[in-house]
Amino acid sequence: MLNVVGNKKIYFTFSALAVGAAVAAISLYGFREGIDFRGGTLWQFSIRDNTPSIASLEAKLRDTLSQDDVRVNLDSTGAFLARFPEVPEETHQQYLAALKGSYPSFEEMSFASIGPSVGAELRRKSVIAIILVLVGISFYIAYAFRKASYPVSSWKYGWVTLLTLFHDVAIPAGLLAFLGSRYGVEIDGNFVVALLVVMGFSVHDTIVVFDRIRENVVLRGRKERFETVVNESVNQTLARSVNTSLTLILVLLALYFAGPEALHYFILTLLVGVTTGIYSSIFIASPLLIFFKGKQG
Amino acid sequence: MRKPGAVLTLIILTAIAAGIFVYPKGFGADWRPWRLGLDLVGGSHLIYQIDLKNVQGKDREAVVGGLRDVIERRVNLFGVGEPQVFVASQGEQSQLIVELAGVKEISEAIKQIGETPLLDFREVIQDATSTTFIPTSLTGRYVKGAELALNSTAQTPEVAISFNEEGATIFEELTGRNVGKPLAIFLDNALIEMPTVQQKISGGNAVITGKFTIREAQQLVERFNAGALPAPITLMNQQTISPNLGTDSLKKVIAAGIIGTLLVIAFMIFYYRLLGVFASLALIIYIALTLGVFKLGAFTLTLAGIAGFVLTIGMAVDANILIFERMKEELKRGLHRTAARTEGFRRAWPSIRDSNTSTIITAIILYFFTSSFVQGFALTLLIGVLVSMFSAITTTRFFLQVFLKDRKAN
Repeated sequence: MLNVVGNKKIYFTFSALAVGAAVAAISLYGFREGIDFRGGTLWQFSIRDNTPSIASLEAKLRDTLSQDDVRVNLDSTGAFLARFPEVPEETHQQYLAALKGSYPSFEEMSFASIGPSVGAELRRKSVIAIILVLVGISFYIAYAFRKASYPVSSWKYGWVTLLTLFHDVAIPAGLLAFLGSRYGVEIDGNFVVALLVVMGFSVHDTIVVFDRIRENVVLRGRKERFETVVNESVNQTLARSVNTSLTLILVLLALYFAGPEALHYFILTLLVGVTTGIYSSIFIASPLLIFFKGKQG
Repeated sequence: MRKPGAVLTLIILTAIAAGIFVYPKGFGADWRPWRLGLDLVGGSHLIYQIDLKNVQGKDREAVVGGLRDVIERRVNLFGVGEPQVFVASQGEQSQLIVELAGVKEISEAIKQIGETPLLDFREVIQDATSTTFIPTSLTGRYVKGAELALNSTAQTPEVAISFNEEGATIFEELTGRNVGKPLAIFLDNALIEMPTVQQKISGGNAVITGKFTIREAQQLVERFNAGALPAPITLMNQQTISPNLGTDSLKKVIAAGIIGTLLVIAFMIFYYRLLGVFASLALIIYIALTLGVFKLGAFTLTLAGIAGFVLTIGMAVDANILIFERMKEELKRGLHRTAARTEGFRRAWPSIRDSNTSTIITAIILYFFTSSFVQGFALTLLIGVLVSMFSAITTTRFFLQVFLKDRKAN
């Protein structure tokens, strides 16, 4: 049997370090926002024959087409990604003609040019959605644990679930902040969606364990120490906690490795969030419950 | 249920029917084809800001409606399959959203959409064989506006147009020259109405009567206003995806979905053996049924939407896992297989319900508070979770009721 409760200090330390690093990464680097947040152009194209270097493409856009603020990357499929400020359609056509002229095998894959006002709108909507999901989930948790009262009051179950949720969201968010500063990975609207979905899953996992604790507390009454009941409950639900998330991780891995490039970081965020979620539902949520109980009776 | 075998057969037959129905070239391909988003078939998503600062508050709705109508007519000329033009208003701001699937000459389309609608009046010369239209100097620039009116005697709808001072002079001269003859009104070089001039009209106010339905008169008013009132549109957001990239994304996400499903099935059978086989069958039934719901409901599937559905494949077996683990515990406690099965289902249900609720909350909020691309994801996630609660629990229960009996030796 896994002694989750007994070793809680190790897990707490580990999580505190991970969350601390994530928060540090976010506050230090911030997020590199994609065009749907800050506006701008993202142009994806491929040049299969006589593929030019990134530097020569940048030079061409800068010197010939006088686009000063341009950055070109290669994505994992070998296509070019050029980023520059928002441009009108005529300018797009001008660039298109120029690149087609220089590189006959030029093929446009996607072109997105977004005005800054759209980004402001998306930011506003994202914030609203995050707040609403948090409120919705909090209400739901309060409802789900309305009957639990002994020896930990229901609102403590709620706080622990929310704390675990924060833990599960902070880690993938921190990773994306780090990837942004290191490899120029940008966050977009999908990133927000991924975090919201991670929130849902995090609560899902935590509830499975807490449900069992609640059931065992009712079953055994006050005969046994709460710590023992919690530890046993975690062990009883271990297989289902791991397995329910594992099936999700399997499809996420399939999407990550075989799926389309456009969803790469969306899936990565989910993958890290769900994995963190398994860990926290076993090693963090229940020990936290005991920690809270110990503090306040 | 007294006859689990019959119900199970029904579920399986429905799933098979759904499976045939959702196969791209299968039965029902013409009646209800798959609807795929622009990110999968290629196309453009354009958002235009409508500048309404020169339009008075009361006219705004009519102007925006007219503009939408004008743009839709232009877009239809490109011969795109099901172009979408819709208005998104938010407080003072109005946006026009245009979705074009599979347009080759997107730059030409963008150019034409962005032009200000052109309204003009033309004189008509009719002889025995042909009708010739001669442009005049009277254009939308001289029109102050139009509104819907009701004829005071006949109570039929009519359209009242008013011209500005300059326009009134031209119109007076024009009608004077054409009494008894038709006068043609063109919008974007297409004839929209050809009323006959009854008398010379001075003062700049004219009424077009005719056998309009209210709807037709309303549309005419909108068209007049679109051509008359200065509400320029500017392209503020463009997303274009090439058909090649779209097809590639579609292939990859389907491949990932199949690989993911096989991995989940392999895991379930490896870990739960016979029970895992039942869960896998229930999963396949789930996939067929859910795809059937998507196709029947004519939902447009975007890349994110399909990804959301693939996620639900990993979640659909969750309920099975919760039930099976519970059954294992009940077996350990010494219950017989059928009793363990009943207990497993009964006692796992609260967990299944509770754990899916948070995902349902997230999906609903995402659906109502985001825009089109994310909505697709939220919708498939929501439908997936709802169908999976049915399939994992009901289907698996019937499988187990039919195939899982108590051992005789027990």
